[in-house]
Amino acid sequence: MRNAAVIVAALLLAACGSQPPAPEQSPAGVEDRTPRTPADTKAVTAPPPESFDPASVAALKDPRSILSKRAIYFDYDSYVVKDDFKPQIEAHARFLVNNPKFKVLVQGNADERGSREYNLALGQKRADAVKKALQLLGAREDQIESVSLGEEKPACGEATEECWAKNRRGDILHSAAREF
Amino acid sequence: MKIRHLLACAFVSAGAAHAQLAIEITGAGANRIPVAVTDFGGERIVSQALASVVRSDLERSGAFQLVDTTGAVPEGSVDYGNWKSRGADALVTGSTATGADGRYETRFRLFDVVKQADLGGSGYLHNTDQLRTTAHRIADFVYEKLTGERGIFSTRIAYVVKSTGRYDLRIADVDGQNSQAALTSREPIISPTWSPDGTKLAYVSFEAKKPVVYVHDLASSRRHVAANFKGSNSAPAWSPDGKKLAVVLTKDGSSQLYLVNADGSGVTRVASSPGIDTEPQFAPDGQAIYFTSDRGGSPQIYRIPVGGGDAQRITFEGSYNVTPRPAPDGRSLAYVARSGSGRFQLTLMDLATHQTQILTDSAKDESPSFAPNGRMIIYATEVGGRGVLAAVSSDGRIKHKLSVQAADVREPSWGPFVK
Repeated sequence: MRNAAVIVAALLLAACGSQPPAPEQSPAGVEDRTPRTPADTKAVTAPPPESFDPASVAALKDPRSILSKRAIYFDYDSYVVKDDFKPQIEAHARFLVNNPKFKVLVQGNADERGSREYNLALGQKRADAVKKALQLLGAREDQIESVSLGEEKPACGEATEECWAKNRRGDILHSAAREF
Repeated sequence: MKIRHLLACAFVSAGAAHAQLAIEITGAGANRIPVAVTDFGGERIVSQALASVVRSDLERSGAFQLVDTTGAVPEGSVDYGNWKSRGADALVTGSTATGADGRYETRFRLFDVVKQADLGGSGYLHNTDQLRTTAHRIADFVYEKLTGERGIFSTRIAYVVKSTGRYDLRIADVDGQNSQAALTSREPIISPTWSPDGTKLAYVSFEAKKPVVYVHDLASSRRHVAANFKGSNSAPAWSPDGKKLAVVLTKDGSSQLYLVNADGSGVTRVASSPGIDTEPQFAPDGQAIYFTSDRGGSPQIYRIPVGGGDAQRITFEGSYNVTPRPAPDGRSLAYVARSGSGRFQLTLMDLATHQTQILTDSAKDESPSFAPNGRMIIYATEVGGRGVLAAVSSDGRIKHKLSVQAADVREPSWGPFVK
């Protein structure tokens, strides 16, 4: 249980986006008695062998896993999930099916053009589209909360199409379920 | 413009000084009334400061042309011939004296030079801090007597200043002075809107990592959650009686319109659509709600009875018409329209004839808000890549720009008349 709590904390930190990734803990079940000095942090966080399930909690933190891809991009004024993102959605859905106590927060975003409130609604539609796609693949409704950040949290700050494309986005953020 | 630095909130520390709004005025109304405002007699520094604020208020309104008062001395009786020869149709004179309790007593009178008539006046007891407030009240009196409409010089505006990693919800006098922070956050704040009695603001804050609607009492700085349901909570709009808020919730699916009591209780649904319904605004009579919806395939403005029923489409031209704001008299509707060339411009529609007028020549207009007398509309736009506030008269002639150094200003809301 303590490990789970640590993972939750790490995931929540990672979800803040602007912060550097939290230092990784050694995988569950591995004893690590070496003193934690910055010098040997690398050794401690060396990726484990390819022995774990790609839909496991550990995979969630592995940058090589498809689960580390959290952004789904959308066309202008559209809230249709494009085929390119199906594998990504499938991986996140499989994770939620395999880890029924875990939840995700899907944050929808829009580019800066037009009304803030309309963009907030558009971001919500995008988050909802991702949520629906996850549900169709077996995730439970109560595992997914979809919210919108509208145009308020742009990933890219310039007034160019390239930038706007990066901002029309749904982000899947994982966090653990609490026991009720 | 003199920079004042007011610490109104414990959260505000470094970075507050540059948050003062600076005003720039262009354009003027047709048929401006020539008015002379003499330096007031008595306490020299106070009375001159007062007269100067009255003058800049009247001039900024675009309804008046200031007549040169050089060499004028306080008169026992008004020399109408002198003022007529200077070209004035109206004259404001006054004086400030120090009262027994150390406060100032300012008296003023307004005269119709053409009709050689005394139009009345008033007196105020005030201290130095209330100097500008007193001057605004004098300007309101003059404006109302000479134009027949209530003045808005004593009103306030709310707006959001975004600087690096920081959002300030601020309140300032309508001339940009006396700006104070009501809320400071590291997360976005959008859609502030004044309660009809001017004591509270409703707004959307993302501090809980998602949009939640709050009602914030300005005198006590206390606030409560008005809507925090699953999903997004946004776009608060006060009913004219101040008892309810129209809000947009996603608890039952996509963004839809609901009514909720201002204390957060008693949520009821107003409308249903498969797509997006957002940006509700009550008609001034409280009987209907204007809103934006994509139910017809593109975002357009609709109106629906408060009790529910059929929505009537209001905008038809173009493929993007959003952010409806009915004028205080209910006869016209301001909104933002996207032009064929992709410019987002503040537009005004006459609701009887459905004739429209584009009021600006900018490209990124957002969030219009009417002055309580309906004469001006404040809105957010962008100049040189930076967010600024601008105001335009409802006939498009008078334009103001309000900017803050080195920060984005956005989401203006014009407060109600001050009693």
